[in-house]
Amino acid sequence: MENNRRSFLKFAGVSVLGLGSLSLLDGLTSDDVIAASGQTSAAEATYKQAANALTAQRWGMAIDTRKLNDRICRNMEKACHRLHNVPDLENKKHEIKWIWDTEYKHAFPAKTDPFLAERFEHLPIPVLCNHCANPPCVQACPTQATFQREDGIVLMDFHRCIGCRFCMAACPYGSRSFNFRDPREAIKNQNTEFPTRMKGVVEKCNFCAERLAVGKQPACVEASKGALIFGDLEDPQSEIRQVLKENYAIRRKQNLGTNPSVYYLV
Amino acid sequence: MSDKPKIIIGLVVFFALFTFPFWYNHGKATSAPEPLLSAKAKEAKQCVRDVEYMRTEHMQLLDGWRDRTVRDAQRVYEINGKEYVASLSNTCMECHDNKADFCDRCHEYTSVNPYCWDCHTYPEEKK
Repeated sequence: MENNRRSFLKFAGVSVLGLGSLSLLDGLTSDDVIAASGQTSAAEATYKQAANALTAQRWGMAIDTRKLNDRICRNMEKACHRLHNVPDLENKKHEIKWIWDTEYKHAFPAKTDPFLAERFEHLPIPVLCNHCANPPCVQACPTQATFQREDGIVLMDFHRCIGCRFCMAACPYGSRSFNFRDPREAIKNQNTEFPTRMKGVVEKCNFCAERLAVGKQPACVEASKGALIFGDLEDPQSEIRQVLKENYAIRRKQNLGTNPSVYYLV
Repeated sequence: MSDKPKIIIGLVVFFALFTFPFWYNHGKATSAPEPLLSAKAKEAKQCVRDVEYMRTEHMQLLDGWRDRTVRDAQRVYEINGKEYVASLSNTCMECHDNKADFCDRCHEYTSVNPYCWDCHTYPEEKK
């Protein structure tokens, strides 16, 4: 073949393409290596869930307000806060809450009527993160520190939280608290099996993801004496679905379109 | 060339300051500290991975543990047919219950300040 400018350019073009795709392949394979995190050793390491882990398509909770009283609410709060190293800060402005109780009119402001059934006037309503199916906090988080797991739990990755508090502004339920102070100072009995948080991060209920991973129900459910039912909302056979089928249930600020996973039987 | 002495004095001062770190630290070099194994760690003999890997890659391992546990809910790390709960406080520190002698010694020497302990707990040091 005659060596001319035209054929040289053709050859050069094809070569550059070929080399380019080679480096692309290279990049793909090296990503796989990082994912398996087995760069130096030949042994294959894998990650998995524990065999006894509880799984669901979408976790949800039903709170039976008819079975609730102040004592049960206190117990649930104590069980949760002790387990998760939630600090007990005196200053209300610095308060950290994962689960707490409030009055009906505050929990359901849009459903408060002038002649409300008397029972609801001072009934404690436990409130916590609703683990919305359409969570505004996840959309607001600029670092994806708050994210939605495949099983519907809205979880926080504290390693990523930069403390911007956009999520707190986005959450219509006030379910999130910010650590204005080092929380360790205010934890009386530290649970060494669960980390604390540091100053400058936001925290909230995690639906006891760490307990579900070892086959246990959430701490508040255990402490609730049957007032809280926890289960898979997508499984028609689950206990929670049976309960919701047989009882009238309401959800908090449902008109906002966040699609909460926590139901209240009234 | 009347500025010659000034320039020379300036140069001497500059070089003295510039090389200050070298002659100030001269002769102070010490060997890198060895992490001390606790009694429990010695007894166990085998860590999650081999010593060489742990020495050079423990940060990558912990990074993987962290991400898979929190973001993918896969909390069990399986290798060589053995399963470990991927947890710094509950698995690593179970054997290595001497943070000051095991973690801090090298981290201080290399000026590494991991922020693990801002949140994660470690066993109290027994003196």
